[in-house]
Amino acid sequence: MTKFISRKDLTLFISFTAIVLALPFLAAPFGAAYPDLLQRFMIFGIFAIGFNILFGLTGYLSFGHAAFFGVGSYAAMWSFKLLSTNAIPALIFAVIVAGIFALVIGFVSLRRSGIYFSILTLAFAQMSYNLAYSVLTPITNGETGLRMALSDPRVLDRMFFEVPAGTPVPSLFGATLSGWNGFFFSAVFLIATFFLAMRITNSPFGMMLKGIKSNQNRMNYTGFNTRPYTLTAFVISGMLAGLAGALLVVTDPLAGAERMRWTASGEVVLMTILGGVGTLVGPVIGAWVIKYFENIFSSFNNNILYNFWSFLPEGMQSTVVYISSKFVGEGWHLTLGLVFMLIVIFLPGGIMEGARRIGALLERISGRTRSRSELKPTAAE
Amino acid sequence: MFEVIFLQFLNGLDKGSAYALIALGLTLVFGTLGVVNFAHGALFMLGAFCAVLFRRILTLETVTIDPEKLSPWGQPLEIREPLVQAWFGEFGAVLVNYSVPISLLLAIPIMLVIGISMERGLIKHFYKRPHAEQILVTFGLAIVLQELIKAGFGPNPIPQPMPENLRGAADIGSWLGMQANVITYPWWRLVYFLFSAAVIGAVFCFLQFTTFGMVVRAGMADRETVGVLGIDIDRRFTIMFGIAAVVAGMAGVMYTPLLPPNYHIGMDFLVLSFVVVVVGGMGSLPGAVAAGFMLGILQSFASMTQVKAIFPGIDQIIIYLVAVVILLVRPRGLLGRRGVMEA
Amino acid sequence: MSILKRGVSRRRVLRTGMAGILATGVSPMIISKGAWAQDFCNNPDVTGKVVFGLNLPLSGTYAEEGADQQKAYQLAIEHINGEGDGGLLNVFQPSALTGNGILGKKVEFVTSDSQTLSDVARAGATRMIERDGAIMISGGSSSGEAIAVQSLCQELGVIFMAGLTHSNDTTGKDKRRYGFRHFFNAYQSGIGIAPVLAQAYGTDRRAYHLTADYTWGWTQEESIRDATEALGWETAETVLTPLGAGDFSQFLTPVLNSGADVLILNHYGNDMVNSLTQAVQFGMRDRQANGKNFEIVVPLFSELMAKGAGDSIQGIFGTSNWHWNLQDEGSQAFTRSFGAAYGSPPSQAAHTAYVQALLYADAVERAGTFYPPAVIEALEDFEFDGMGNGPTLYRGSDHQCMKSVLVVRGNDNPSSEFDVLEVVQEISREDSSYDPAIFGGELGSAEPVPQCA
Repeated sequence: MTKFISRKDLTLFISFTAIVLALPFLAAPFGAAYPDLLQRFMIFGIFAIGFNILFGLTGYLSFGHAAFFGVGSYAAMWSFKLLSTNAIPALIFAVIVAGIFALVIGFVSLRRSGIYFSILTLAFAQMSYNLAYSVLTPITNGETGLRMALSDPRVLDRMFFEVPAGTPVPSLFGATLSGWNGFFFSAVFLIATFFLAMRITNSPFGMMLKGIKSNQNRMNYTGFNTRPYTLTAFVISGMLAGLAGALLVVTDPLAGAERMRWTASGEVVLMTILGGVGTLVGPVIGAWVIKYFENIFSSFNNNILYNFWSFLPEGMQSTVVYISSKFVGEGWHLTLGLVFMLIVIFLPGGIMEGARRIGALLERISGRTRSRSELKPTAAE
Repeated sequence: MFEVIFLQFLNGLDKGSAYALIALGLTLVFGTLGVVNFAHGALFMLGAFCAVLFRRILTLETVTIDPEKLSPWGQPLEIREPLVQAWFGEFGAVLVNYSVPISLLLAIPIMLVIGISMERGLIKHFYKRPHAEQILVTFGLAIVLQELIKAGFGPNPIPQPMPENLRGAADIGSWLGMQANVITYPWWRLVYFLFSAAVIGAVFCFLQFTTFGMVVRAGMADRETVGVLGIDIDRRFTIMFGIAAVVAGMAGVMYTPLLPPNYHIGMDFLVLSFVVVVVGGMGSLPGAVAAGFMLGILQSFASMTQVKAIFPGIDQIIIYLVAVVILLVRPRGLLGRRGVMEA
Repeated sequence: MSILKRGVSRRRVLRTGMAGILATGVSPMIISKGAWAQDFCNNPDVTGKVVFGLNLPLSGTYAEEGADQQKAYQLAIEHINGEGDGGLLNVFQPSALTGNGILGKKVEFVTSDSQTLSDVARAGATRMIERDGAIMISGGSSSGEAIAVQSLCQELGVIFMAGLTHSNDTTGKDKRRYGFRHFFNAYQSGIGIAPVLAQAYGTDRRAYHLTADYTWGWTQEESIRDATEALGWETAETVLTPLGAGDFSQFLTPVLNSGADVLILNHYGNDMVNSLTQAVQFGMRDRQANGKNFEIVVPLFSELMAKGAGDSIQGIFGTSNWHWNLQDEGSQAFTRSFGAAYGSPPSQAAHTAYVQALLYADAVERAGTFYPPAVIEALEDFEFDGMGNGPTLYRGSDHQCMKSVLVVRGNDNPSSEFDVLEVVQEISREDSSYDPAIFGGELGSAEPVPQCA
């Protein structure tokens, strides 16, 4: 085992796995331990890790990753409708379709770099979104979103056994995948994705990508054709986005066009930056923080705030509630925007850099001397 | 058929003028300061809300409650009296009627202050940082600005009536000696087009024919040399940022009668105007304007039923499709310079 | 390995910060609260509380309607709990409501902003069911949302009382056993408005449709087209516009020289406000076409939209589910208590929201249990009166309310900023009824699924 994976990585991997699997307990004190949110933690964790393989390693900032996410969702849904309610073929199909889609878009977009690359990916994603919303309605069911129906063909299912009555739901060889089952199912994929990202980062291929990030010209001059490498990274990253999109459909069987919009692409950028670009754990943490904000902060209403500030004197309470109400509930974006700005201004390395700095500070205070190399994160850079 | 094409051409000019105005400001900032300002859409939105604010002030009312009469739902009837009319009489009514164009006077100083303080307070610190971080911090700022407006003005669009006598449609057909009522086009949309043409012209003249503009152009070409000559180029660039904010704000003010503004109107325009800027060529002012009008016109033609019958859904994707094609054929956009933003 | 250590300590820091919030009622549903402890999802006897989940668009194209519905739900919950003036509790017949909550338990509510997006609406509903323990989900201002949430509720075994949704599909093709709709639908709008249009504009007209590109728009276009073509009208063209398009100019200009003399706007909310005012700016109401005055018809509109559209709405025909100016006792009672609470008359969206909340509460009282199949049975084929729409039947075969429908027109001389609509005609329940079989669809099973976590 030690040959296959370094000891440090193994520790990191095992700790990550333990934390993910223990989330239903760890998240309980935060009011986040319900399956729907934890599923999203897993799914967007995968999405962000995948995005980071492209952006963190090669430096190519894609503004259209939501397209792959959405394509994955639609592909998985069509697999449910046409083939089987089993999640495995749906995931495989979704990853393949997203991969092909990423190959085409990546092949074109990677001919340009810098902001031109960003605009190209953005343009492709917006085209996919607009088409999914309008003329592709027969495939996507437009605004209402694609759902499973009683009358779907589901050829594989019908071939092998009697299809049960009632609305079909995604399953794994008979077990349903909503609720906690869905969480553990997605958790397995998050852990696997994390492992994959770890292996890629430390592989010669990963080194090559980092070389491209630091200076593509120099790489070219040394006689390397960099494009196959960046394209591979792009496709892997698109496939992971497709996997995430498919998992979202597995746990909640509705595929809507909204998840392909540029704001969704922007969200995954925010996640990655917030957590820490180029680090392994950072994107996952960023995804969790944003999803937590989105689901928990947005549900705080004035009643909750009144209770929260109940220790204040009467007059002050309502003022404080008024002010704080602008930052939660419908105003949660304001908090997100502020936090995000602060992070970009003061902590360009994201939460991971913050954690590192605090860690370093604590070490200094506790006076324990450690070699600097150990303080370095398990980062890509 | 001619009428249809002509009308869609007008629509294109109209859309194009909004795109061109926003893209112009975006390019001014990029060309001078080298900063990709994702908060530029938010400046457009702030301008629009200057108009809203101005009208709010103008239409302040005194509310007296008439205890005798009841409203249909059983509450005492409120009698509202507009203050402006009470104070200024007829003139007050004119003020209210022309509130949108008059609020330009309010918007210019406000936007100048906002622009300059944005540059001094935030953007200045990001000159030396990577473009990605500039994009991200201004994107964060855009979110914060729009959420502040949402907190203050609510999430719903706030309609801004256009002046009474500009409300209908102009019979352009009869001007051209055609039958009446064949080609009619809303007055305000014509006003918007003329207005943006004037603003664009003014910006170009300013850069071309004033000493200040000359220095700025020199600074855009070679910042260091101008600095060596002992000219405080930074201060001028700061002012240019303010001017860009004013251009965006004015575009926002004049757009309000066409589309009731809400807090995310800027974001809706932002993505499109970025595409416009990139198509025109990063840092090229004529490129931005040309691309703005070109994309606006193409978009209008693409939404003609005859075109859609051949390419279904083309109206939804035309702008992005053109952007992709242009970027592949002309890597730096229509009129872009070499080596800008490629790292 | 250092990462793990820091990760944990960071959590600890956060946890202390969250302790305060915890104590305040955002208390989580912890994992142990599984499906085994209760025989159906969020059984109030197990959770100890009755929570309504309000899933409304507070931003997006239909935000205004969402906000008005939220006010109405809050008012309904006050009245159910015996606070305020009781509103429709006093006139609703036959009523089992006591003004003491539901089955002796006070009702609470949680909200979620659905942003007028189906995806978000579904996520919000899931959250309210899984975390907040909602026993009933209500809301939706767009039919896309309502249909998406309704099918989710069927999967989770939670009753969905649809708010504002007008698509035929909600209780047609996509109907569900757990979903109920009080609001009328596009088909009934068509039945209602067609004779009035024939009378006002004649039977020889060419109509041009602009249609919001989603389920509601499609079904409304179809229904209105069928109804007007039955009168002898022709349909010149139908064009789909994206939801939330904002600037409709490129869709409006082709109308001018298309040979059509009526423009039918199948838009709602801000879309309708924008498309109508822009159409008026294009001079459409001053035009002549085919020797007749050019007319605009908006098959479904509400007072909120009429307010937004200002003068543009004057004289324009449409349909409504309800209007606050109706003179029956129920409408008056609701208008009074809503006006007293919020200082403005309620919209049709608010009315349907309020009525739905009351009907659910009443059905639970009559069933004597929160057990969803029993509540569904109590609602199906329930006949009631006094809610402002005359005698009403909750039809069991498609969960659609059968009641009278209003044809309205924008008021030419509004006496106040709220007096924007006038009722032209009330289409009786008999006339607006139809055979549920024409839309197909299947309700599915009422048995609760053992999935609710």
